[in-house]
Amino acid sequence: MSATDPIAAFRIEGGELLDEVEQALLDMGHRLDDMDLVNAVFRGLHTLKGSGAMFGFDALAQFTHHCESAFDKVRKGVVPATSQLVAVILSAQDHMRALLDGRATGGEAAGDDILAALEAAIAEAAGAPPAAPAAKVAGQGWHVVFRLPADCMANGTNPLMLLDELRDLGPCRIVALTDRLPTLEELTPTHCHIGWDVTVETDEPASAVEDVFIFVMDDMELAITPLAVDAAEAPADPANTAPVAAPATAPAAPAAAAPPPPAPPAAAKAAEHVRVPAERLDELMDRVGELVIAQSRLSQIAHQDGGLALRSVSEEIERLAGELRDTMMVLRMMPVASLFGRFRRLVHDLARDTGKAIDLVTTGETTEVDKTVIERLFDPLVHIIRNSCDHGLEKAEDRVAAGKSATGTVHLSAHQAGGEVLITIRDDGRGIDRARVRAKAEANGLIQPDQLLADQELLQLIFAPGFSTAAQVTNLSGRGVGMDVVKRTIESLRGTIEVASIDGGGSTITLRIPLTLAIIDGLLVRVGSGDYVIPLSAVEECLELSGEEDLRSQGRSLITLRDRLVPFLRLRDVFATGTPADPHQKIVVVATGNDRVGLVVDQIIGNHQTVIKSMSPLHRHVGSFTGATILGDGSVALILDIAQLVALAQPREERLRAA
Amino acid sequence: MTAWTDDGELEVLTFGLGGETFALEAVLVREILDLMPETQVPGADRLAASVINFRGRIIPLADLRIAFGMTPQEDTTDSRIVVIELMLDDEPVLIGLKTDRVNEVATLLRDAAEAPPAIGMRWPRDHIRCLVRQGGDLIVLPDLPALFTTLIARGGEPTIH
Repeated sequence: MSATDPIAAFRIEGGELLDEVEQALLDMGHRLDDMDLVNAVFRGLHTLKGSGAMFGFDALAQFTHHCESAFDKVRKGVVPATSQLVAVILSAQDHMRALLDGRATGGEAAGDDILAALEAAIAEAAGAPPAAPAAKVAGQGWHVVFRLPADCMANGTNPLMLLDELRDLGPCRIVALTDRLPTLEELTPTHCHIGWDVTVETDEPASAVEDVFIFVMDDMELAITPLAVDAAEAPADPANTAPVAAPATAPAAPAAAAPPPPAPPAAAKAAEHVRVPAERLDELMDRVGELVIAQSRLSQIAHQDGGLALRSVSEEIERLAGELRDTMMVLRMMPVASLFGRFRRLVHDLARDTGKAIDLVTTGETTEVDKTVIERLFDPLVHIIRNSCDHGLEKAEDRVAAGKSATGTVHLSAHQAGGEVLITIRDDGRGIDRARVRAKAEANGLIQPDQLLADQELLQLIFAPGFSTAAQVTNLSGRGVGMDVVKRTIESLRGTIEVASIDGGGSTITLRIPLTLAIIDGLLVRVGSGDYVIPLSAVEECLELSGEEDLRSQGRSLITLRDRLVPFLRLRDVFATGTPADPHQKIVVVATGNDRVGLVVDQIIGNHQTVIKSMSPLHRHVGSFTGATILGDGSVALILDIAQLVALAQPREERLRAA
Repeated sequence: MTAWTDDGELEVLTFGLGGETFALEAVLVREILDLMPETQVPGADRLAASVINFRGRIIPLADLRIAFGMTPQEDTTDSRIVVIELMLDDEPVLIGLKTDRVNEVATLLRDAAEAPPAIGMRWPRDHIRCLVRQGGDLIVLPDLPALFTTLIARGGEPTIH
């Protein structure tokens, strides 16, 4: 199992560390003097260096070491953080990712370039006066009172090492605080119940003392007071562990000096998460799917010839299986925050490349979507956001001229509505130029000149293959590939796209995506001797095809439905069943986008909750089916690919019309 | 594809199909099933025209008679489905094979194996890995990966004729 491979595990962990570092760096872009962020970056780099060396990623460890040293200067207040420095570290961060994945190209040269840029940034920053000069205290030392979280030793913290490090600063007088020792029967031997009261005589600043605790600081109680102040006060009450902010600490590091709120909640939260390989979740999902199927067979038998006892057990199992399935679905859900987070860097880079000022605002990050959906949404969203930034948003001077703020905004939001998730990408740019879309579509032969189009139809043209309104192809977008891929991906997720645009006011693209891909509501129908499932979301209505209408329509395969002509397909012909038609055939009218098609079936059986199973590779090239499902009696029904069937019907219609 | 052992032996499962004896590497076999309801896949190649529910997984059911130009026959009480796992395009694929009857697990000797002759055989040569003489009988070792890889590459026939 790959999960036990330490190298692979480190790659995953390192990737997450880099994600955190990247987020902190991006935040720093706005708040350069936020010491929490500086510390977060430093800790991330430090951990990466340490574990990198441990797992044999020496190049990574060495490179990270340089960046860490540079950042250490910022943290200690030797040099102020500058946006230039942040930008260099961001690119360094990319290089680390490449080293981590083992796909670094350019070798050491690329790294050296970045390090040279880093040196330059540090030198320049050092030239500027430090934003927050570290307050050098000419005191004789520090009075340190600290208590570690109870479970610190389980996390690998060794209190004795911390004390040793304090001793390295200067002569220490250490008193153990035993006031929180529980009685013997309540004592957990693996927990750390002891606090320490340390008086250390040193010339080092308070930050040196804080450094000792840097990796445990988040969860511990720590109070550092200068000895001079301490002497003036009454001797510190050993029992008083309330945080005492160190007045002499550098003002830029208040958050670091003040201990954060009590740690236990954070520690407990960390323990609540278990990392599970996605494939195991998928396996579990399969098993649950099978259980649901076996259960429905059981309930069929129980209702046919079972006694009361069997029926009640069967109902009990039905309830449990249903609950298990619901729980399972929730397990696969992930907040879209992980998806949205990845676009911050994209927008940051786009802003740099286009020379525009762009803000990315995200809302609704806690909305949860099936994990496979999240993975497949990334590429389409990249395309849409790129388009918004590149084509939608104007240059700063144009924006000001139009009476808008110089900074453009891209708003990314998600919220759940029923069984769907709505993801909206809104920009406040110039909007979609309808006249140009029209001209372009006519030039490409997508529409006839003077063809009447509803507004939505016109706007949807931007998703047509080979379509691009950008007069100039940039390296960002405008090649005319992309938006049609967006549409195809979203449709493969059984989602839809809506476009709205206000001239001069920006455009809004809304993606409607079903919550999960694993289970759909389907309409079970019979064609010939085979059962098929039509996704219920595509079904508009069902009607009867009377015998005389059937005969009459042999020549034209069209029905009139509320004054609109709707073409229909006889699935018996399409599937070449070779069986005689039922006397009472039905038409299921399905729709994709704006196309409607009637599917003639022999019988409508009813609603069916469908666990989707993929088709074998041997059948992947067979169009017309998206997958298959297992029915209550254990037999297999194929799920119709509506988009494919509609597409198949169109040329047929044209052929019929031409004939 | 499984190779012969150093001793020149190969452990196979032999089965009957259209009056001939076929064999496939025993390590490929996952399970032997009684016949079960099958679902036709319209538009699929005739070689694998239907699917079955194999323990909650939907797998194709292949009829090797098609590949060897034999006439389809009615199922009998001896008919079985042999479920095998093949690596196709670096992907493990489960496939059910229809057989007239399953015989036994046997050990074939490489010394008794011959490449398919160019003449005197009505079956496509590239569907056969080798022929093995055993006790006066001739056992056909089909080249299953080749058979099914061409199926993946070719895809199904168009749905609408």
